[in-house]
Amino acid sequence: MHPILKLVSQRLALGLLLLLAASALIFVGTQILPGDVAASILGQSATPEALANLRAELGLNEPALSRYFSWLGSAVTGDLGTALTNGQDIATSMGKRLGNTLFLAFWAAVVSVPLAIFLGLLAVRYKDRWPDKLISAVTLTSISIPEFLIGYVLMYFIGVKLGWAPSVAMINDSMSLGEKLAAIALPVTVLTLVVLAHMMRMTRAAILNVMQSAYIETAELKGLSSFQVISRHAFPNAIAPIVNVVMLNLAYLVVGVVVVEVVFVYPGMGQYLVDHVAKRDVPVVQACGLVFAAVYILLNMVADIVSILANPRLRHPK
Amino acid sequence: MFKNIPISALIGLFFTGLYFFIAIFAPWIAPYGMAEAVGDVWEPSSAKHWLGTDSIGRDLLSRMIYGGRTTIFIATAATILSFTLGSCLGLLAAVMGGWVDQAISRFVDLIMSIPTLIFALVVLSVMPVTIPVLILVMGLLDSTRVYRLSRAVAVDINVMDYVEAATLRGEGRGWIIFREILPNALSPLVAEMGLRFIFAVLFVSTLSFLGLGVQPPGADWGGIVKENKDGIVYGIPAALVPAFAIATLAISVNLVADWILNRTTSLKGGRG
Repeated sequence: MHPILKLVSQRLALGLLLLLAASALIFVGTQILPGDVAASILGQSATPEALANLRAELGLNEPALSRYFSWLGSAVTGDLGTALTNGQDIATSMGKRLGNTLFLAFWAAVVSVPLAIFLGLLAVRYKDRWPDKLISAVTLTSISIPEFLIGYVLMYFIGVKLGWAPSVAMINDSMSLGEKLAAIALPVTVLTLVVLAHMMRMTRAAILNVMQSAYIETAELKGLSSFQVISRHAFPNAIAPIVNVVMLNLAYLVVGVVVVEVVFVYPGMGQYLVDHVAKRDVPVVQACGLVFAAVYILLNMVADIVSILANPRLRHPK
Repeated sequence: MFKNIPISALIGLFFTGLYFFIAIFAPWIAPYGMAEAVGDVWEPSSAKHWLGTDSIGRDLLSRMIYGGRTTIFIATAATILSFTLGSCLGLLAAVMGGWVDQAISRFVDLIMSIPTLIFALVVLSVMPVTIPVLILVMGLLDSTRVYRLSRAVAVDINVMDYVEAATLRGEGRGWIIFREILPNALSPLVAEMGLRFIFAVLFVSTLSFLGLGVQPPGADWGGIVKENKDGIVYGIPAALVPAFAIATLAISVNLVADWILNRTTSLKGGRG
């Protein structure tokens, strides 16, 4: 077998294994209570009959291990069970919301990735001069404010005071792409700001790391201009770490979406999850947790594989 | 001793100290009670109410002061928990090596493969949401990151000559961890502690904002945003006040942490 193929298939197998373990962890996370799930859903004042009914409905009378395997088995075939609160099928209500969430995350990525790489290069080019200092001051500030507050600050100034963009992001199927984009302008801006800071810092660090190598000094000594040094010698070697950074931040984006959706009342996965955590609807929470974990693990795995493909040195582990 | 501290670190130290001071002495500083309705709904700021009033007529400045107390208390407790647990396990894994190291490290990898917020939400969906539970969940989840750092630092120190000398001298494992490795690993750990503290502040604010953290009538900075967010659409900026508090606290702690980290690297300079 080709060595690259072997490494990539190893990563894939590892990712699947990790996902399996993560599903077990999510399952265990909802079982580690003093008492049981039924009691905590119904609260203190539940009658014994209601408790017994709910236990039977949730299958709590069976041992935990067999419940886990039947849950996992149906999840693999696409059946995520029914919600406790309204009895609807989870997979169908989740499908459309997942599409909405990915739509939001996709546009945030389209805006933030090129911007972050460009600003990262700029920061390296003007290292320790005012553009670099300005960029790091702005990133420090935006890292120090939680996502939901950036959301409200933008909503207050841009949405309400200036009226440039709608302050809630309601979308539905009858809207055209342009209308949808206008509706999600503010949430996309918030997500961009949040990821931009991380991505730019990491891009800057990755390129600076490359810039300290001996071949960069050679390129400088033979008289190349600094932009040529960066684009011809530094950038190709920095691709692998940058792709890694981008993937990690996309994974982060999928999580950051949860909070931003709640702020802007956007009908996506995050809002679905948060609503049902408050209602203590365990099957929905488990299903959402599994989907989020799967996306997160998938993106991290892609980051791993891309860096193996881009960097020949990683293909021959010691 | 203050001569060698750069101005940015002094500013950071000053504001961090100020916030902790206000948090500790909240009942004496706050002009009104925490849950006392003293005015109209969403009054603008005036001499009587410096920051105005909130969605049900409580003094916003008092809410902010008490809220800061709750937020800082939870974040501090969670940081202490994550540090004690994470660094003990990390140092132990580095010194013991072998299967102990493998077992703990793989388990930590597994927990980190699920996004922290999602995992916290999953656990909180079945837990009663009280302050001890919040501290426990945040502390345990965050200890994975402390573990990674302390293990990485300790593995480097563990191969130093003086550790070998101590082993040959016949010192026990406890001595090596606490008298040889810990003092040398302390500075990066303390700097990391600042970052973890900020993360805890942001995290507890996020949970409270989502309605899954501190429960009303208790106040905390995330909860204040949640209570006043409906005002935003009418142009009432009450919900933005915590943004300022959180950002200044986080930036000041960051400045201090940066200074501690720089100081250590320059101490090491030239000697590796």
